[in-house]
Amino acid sequence: MSELAAGKDVLRDTDLGDAELSARLARTWGTARGIIGALSTVDHKIIGRRYIFTAIFFLFLGGLAAVAMRLQLARPESQLIGPDLYNQLFTMHGTTMMFLFGVPIGEAFAVYLLPLMIGTRNIAFPRLNAYSYYVYLFGGLMIWIAFMLNIGPDTGWFSYVPLAGPENSPGKRVDFWAQMITFTEVAGLAVAIQVIVTVFKQRAPGMTLDRIPLFVWAELVNAFIIVFALPAVVTASAMLIMDRLVGTHFFNPAEGGDALLYQHLFWFFGHPEVYIIFIPATGWVSAIVVTFSRRQAFGYLPLVLSLIATGFLSFGLWVHHMFTTGLPQLGASFFTASSMLIAIPNGIQIFCWIATLWDGRPVFRTPLLFVIGFFFIFIAGGLSGIMLASVPLDTQVHDTFFVVAHFHYVLIGGNVFPLLGAVYYWFPKFTGRMMSERLGKWNFWLAFIGFNIAFFPMHITGLMGMPRRVYTYLPEMGWGNLNLISTAGALILFASFVLFLYNMVTSARSGPLAGDNPWDAGTLEWATTSPPPPQNFDRIPFVTNREPLWAERETLPVVTGLEVNKREILVTTVSEARADVREPSPDPSLWPLLAAIATSITFVASIFTPWAVVWGGALVAITLTGWFWPKSEEDEE
Amino acid sequence: MKHRPVQDVSSLPDLAFGPRMTTWWGTLGFCAVEGAGFAMAIGAYLYLVFINGQWPLSAPPPDLLWSGVFTLLLLASLWPNHLAGKGAKAQDLPKVRRTLVIMSLSGVALLGIRVFEFYGLHVRWDQNAYGSIVWLLLGLHTLHVLTDLGDTIVLTVLMFTRHGRGKRFSDVEDNAFYWNFVVITWLPIYVLLYWLPRM
Repeated sequence: MSELAAGKDVLRDTDLGDAELSARLARTWGTARGIIGALSTVDHKIIGRRYIFTAIFFLFLGGLAAVAMRLQLARPESQLIGPDLYNQLFTMHGTTMMFLFGVPIGEAFAVYLLPLMIGTRNIAFPRLNAYSYYVYLFGGLMIWIAFMLNIGPDTGWFSYVPLAGPENSPGKRVDFWAQMITFTEVAGLAVAIQVIVTVFKQRAPGMTLDRIPLFVWAELVNAFIIVFALPAVVTASAMLIMDRLVGTHFFNPAEGGDALLYQHLFWFFGHPEVYIIFIPATGWVSAIVVTFSRRQAFGYLPLVLSLIATGFLSFGLWVHHMFTTGLPQLGASFFTASSMLIAIPNGIQIFCWIATLWDGRPVFRTPLLFVIGFFFIFIAGGLSGIMLASVPLDTQVHDTFFVVAHFHYVLIGGNVFPLLGAVYYWFPKFTGRMMSERLGKWNFWLAFIGFNIAFFPMHITGLMGMPRRVYTYLPEMGWGNLNLISTAGALILFASFVLFLYNMVTSARSGPLAGDNPWDAGTLEWATTSPPPPQNFDRIPFVTNREPLWAERETLPVVTGLEVNKREILVTTVSEARADVREPSPDPSLWPLLAAIATSITFVASIFTPWAVVWGGALVAITLTGWFWPKSEEDEE
Repeated sequence: MKHRPVQDVSSLPDLAFGPRMTTWWGTLGFCAVEGAGFAMAIGAYLYLVFINGQWPLSAPPPDLLWSGVFTLLLLASLWPNHLAGKGAKAQDLPKVRRTLVIMSLSGVALLGIRVFEFYGLHVRWDQNAYGSIVWLLLGLHTLHVLTDLGDTIVLTVLMFTRHGRGKRFSDVEDNAFYWNFVVITWLPIYVLLYWLPRM
């Protein structure tokens, strides 16, 4: 064998026994040791792990900002936090949760799991994947460092003009916010394209459209929403920063601009954003519900069609965030109707999940508990959402804590509960070890009870008229007790996260070994070891069923004939997934990191001088050329 | 879990063109993202036209001369671009080299003309919202011409080195595909910037 490898002859997986094949593939697809190796890696699992870890780190930072705000609001006229810091805190909380946690966490799971679930060896454009992670990390660090230096943004997570414009917000705070958008959107768009191409072209042979796992469908629809929604917020934030730095007048009514233009652009992104946060979670829910019901999903086709319908409809709702801006009545009625319409596909999904559980033999392990929690909380949030879709009610409670209660039910219910379930579910695959069930149950009940104690009273404080984004209130308003209860709930919720962290850390070290498929699940990520080897699979699976591992219990059908000493992936056709091309896959490279550093220098420097776009652009071009220039004979193949 | 081989893929090609390769889809993905960006900027332009009523705002409409020359040359570049794509597919190295040189030169010429086009706008970006959106749209498109030119020049140099084979042909084809996008996106912007203010 070694002669074959040394010579010109091509070494294929058919030439080797199982053990040697595995070892050699691991060498070919592995990441080098040492710091340079770690920074050059293009392994989707390593980058995916970093993505997930970083997004959860930002979740904790955003959570800490929330705890600080809740402590301030616990009693009337509290002097704990002043108005300026409070403004920065709610802006950082919202910004972090939406841009540094909400969008990336869904994509992060896709980066790790998608190639495993569809049976391929790496994500499409693995170097772009590395670049995307670094850009995201640097953008997140930039905004938090700015906050620590007391130049954190203070105009809300949406930075409305005219408040965020050059006249009302001098200084650099809003500029950091606008560039944070640029960083995270570049990263988010890159991953969206990778996801689409991976799902379209790298599915294992036999994985026809109707055999794609529901999680993968969810990530695919999510990627499409990202592709068409994120450019709107990039346009908005680019116009905002130009108004602030180079004297354009996009949002200046005195020179023919318009402040509402900003809101339209922002919410054209901002509403789909809610679904960017929710749709990956539906994928987690589907995976968990199917595995723990011990049966295939009830209503696979309606589930997929509902996802697609939700994706489309999410672009037709944005104006319901602007009901109090004085829109024409016809427009308001239209957006009320479309806001109610989207409840239909979401309702269908929930009924399908319930039917799956109903008809299955549900096993109530921690991941499923979090899904059940999701049902209760998300549906409650959906109900207050239907209330808010009505213009008269929305006008009454606009900018009150009622809205805060509503969207935390939707977002924490719709994303964070499924996320916790997803971590408990896939942790064994990520680390090879199980998380503690006992702590998991404590984690769930603390989170569920804490959440409801924190957020349910906000409906009432809102109806009593307490506005959002005020740093304190007078005792005569009578909001004190409800706020104190909310703060107590927030502390319980935070404690549940501390427990979650503790469970992760201790389980990663000493949890019971998981084996390949601890839940006896049906999708392909469970067909390989835990954690998976660098090559994911020694041979690419051949898919015969929607739940391949349930259909093929004895042996796994596979395809052979790929090269061993060279990174090669199997490219398949879009709809039927017929094997078509053996395409080379890029080797590790330091260039994506260098390009991300050049990009970051450009973005940050452009806050201080517009010329940075020119010289920074040149810097980026140099690093991109280095990235794409072939380095070896293999690269030319 | 034991493996059961059911298909052998060793006879499949390791090079293909167009939608059979992942890069083509990636290029299409970037076209979709950038197309959405253009659509947003165009939407903003129309929004500003709508709320202002009078358009352009306190400036004469932009000149037709250089923008016309730019548009014609851009459309003409579709032909060598098509040939570059075809040559790449046929893995015809001399033809690819020739057409890539032509495409690089066209790109440089287009950028030169674009400078004159900016001078012919008769409005600065910081004069009013009209100036801002016009500069934004023209700037956005110029950025696309510039990035594709950069890519084309790197590919041209690459095709004159020992690396000019195999997968690089597929890259040339994708680059030609992307140029079509740069041309197509210009047409609505051209109408908006130069003809809408005259209507």
